[in-house]
Amino acid sequence: MKVRVNGREESLPDGNVTLQELVETRGLVPERVVVELNLEVIPREHWPTVSLQAEDSVELVSFVGGG
Amino acid sequence: MTIIEAFHEHLIGKIGREKFDRLRTIRVGIAGAGGLGSNCAAHLVRVGFRSLKLVDFDVVEAGNLDRQFYFADQVGMRKVEALRQNLLRIASDLELEIEDRKIEKDSVGALFSDCAVVAECLDRPEDKSLLVSELLMLKKFVVAVSGLGGYGSSDAIRLHPVRENFVLIGDLQSDIAFRPAISPRVSIAAAKQADVILEHVLSGD
Repeated sequence: MKVRVNGREESLPDGNVTLQELVETRGLVPERVVVELNLEVIPREHWPTVSLQAEDSVELVSFVGGG
Repeated sequence: MTIIEAFHEHLIGKIGREKFDRLRTIRVGIAGAGGLGSNCAAHLVRVGFRSLKLVDFDVVEAGNLDRQFYFADQVGMRKVEALRQNLLRIASDLELEIEDRKIEKDSVGALFSDCAVVAECLDRPEDKSLLVSELLMLKKFVVAVSGLGGYGSSDAIRLHPVRENFVLIGDLQSDIAFRPAISPRVSIAAAKQADVILEHVLSGD
């Protein structure tokens, strides 16, 4: 299925790719990431139970340190 | 005319009274009073913002003087109190609320309840993502920073408009764990935060 990740179209296996898996397969540290699914922020505790659907749009914002 | 009146007249001459009046009504949250927060707050006060909420739990240390808006005689002071004093030295009529505490997930809503705009100025990436997530869920206008360490290539510190109420600033890579925080790039990021906030407020969205 096709989804958009950070504005780029990508092919993912149909069904059952969760937000948790999406974050982890990209090598991101979950605690440092903000996830938006179709313009809505999804709290981290919900990532394992939210599966991507075709045409979804995901933004992954991974922070590095420094303030 | 007093100095503060002359300061206001000068600003009004630059941006116009209507825009100046708009800046005076907006309360901006400054989440963290380190290199980003202290410098961003100073910029906001210099362009006419009057109402800020400053949140930090730290004290001024000698090692902060290389990039943060504090002075040697303030080492040992709570940062929020030192920053309050410094901002009031720029403009004496500010409405500053200070909170000397660490920002926790459950306290974000209450801490920034009366702030339509919040600058994310925290240090640790885990704290940044937590704060930004909470603020976006509260529909705040959020200006966050990721990637400001080191020196050189400062044009890489760019604006990344993620969505209409979320702008990310930085090169997205330079973690201070690998490239230490050095004044110019920290100040550039802080100044860009202030400029994004100014533009947002003056554009009337």
